[in-house]
Amino acid sequence: MISLIVSRERTLLSLRIAARRFINILPAFLIMLVLVSIVLSLVSDEIITRYLGIDNKYIAVLFASVLGSVTIMPGFITFPLAGVLLTKGVPYMVLSAFTTTLMMVGVLTFPIEKAYLGTRVAIIRNGISFLIALIIAFITGIFFGEIFQ
Amino acid sequence: MNMRKVLMIIGLAGYAAFIIASWIFDFNTGKEIGDNFVSFSVEMLKILPCAFILIGLFEAWVKRETVEKQFGEKSGIRGYIWAVLLAGTTVGGLYIAFPVAYSLLNRGAKLSVIFTYIAASAICRVPMTIFEASFLGVKFTVIRLLVSLPLVVLTSILLANYLEKRGYKIAEGK
Repeated sequence: MISLIVSRERTLLSLRIAARRFINILPAFLIMLVLVSIVLSLVSDEIITRYLGIDNKYIAVLFASVLGSVTIMPGFITFPLAGVLLTKGVPYMVLSAFTTTLMMVGVLTFPIEKAYLGTRVAIIRNGISFLIALIIAFITGIFFGEIFQ
Repeated sequence: MNMRKVLMIIGLAGYAAFIIASWIFDFNTGKEIGDNFVSFSVEMLKILPCAFILIGLFEAWVKRETVEKQFGEKSGIRGYIWAVLLAGTTVGGLYIAFPVAYSLLNRGAKLSVIFTYIAASAICRVPMTIFEASFLGVKFTVIRLLVSLPLVVLTSILLANYLEKRGYKIAEGK
């Protein structure tokens, strides 16, 4: 609004930039939406609860990080779900692996990431993020006394 | 390139046909996929136009020198601090962070700062962090942030160095 008052020309320019950028990336977003819609119907809350709740917590961490990587969930669904899992006795380190990979590793956002950063960088960045998530899970486990006891 | 476009259109058409068929034949999994598609699209359409308009305003108003000074080669540690602060206010998640990051990169921000921004916008958006702390406890959130931020900055620098050595350039015109 302020922009419009100060300079009509620049505002129009910025809207043109916005429209062009948006249209250029639309195909990638479309692919992502298709992938998201399919994966979300495969990965239900029950599946998440089952795999994160298995007895061996190290294997649970692995399941959690893989599930977190291949799904997308808004925070207002993720954290209430994590809260429920916590009351069911799922360790903090498993939840940490799940929420961190959900946020940082994006298999489903890969088409978009690839369009902006290139395939190689997208793969490396996701790989690094996955490792960081595992490290965070490990350290969370130490601090909550879930490892070495 | 054309081959890929054709494949993509065939894929999308197949997907649409599958959803429509699911509705006609009352196939539940297919209907659920269709519902997911619609609800996620609506969710993104609420955020995307605003995000791209902000990107447009940013590119039209902010001078290249300003970005270079705050996020560029000579920004030092300040660049990373800005990246994390900017990430804290980002909404949506990775799919919003990528176009913003691309825009910053085009305007002269350095690679390591950009990677920090992308990762930070995944892990320390302010509203999300508060939400997280309320469900999983402050201790959990503090550990996560204290462990992840240094790792993020460190790996961003390493990745940027590696890419710069190999002469990495971002794709044009997205």
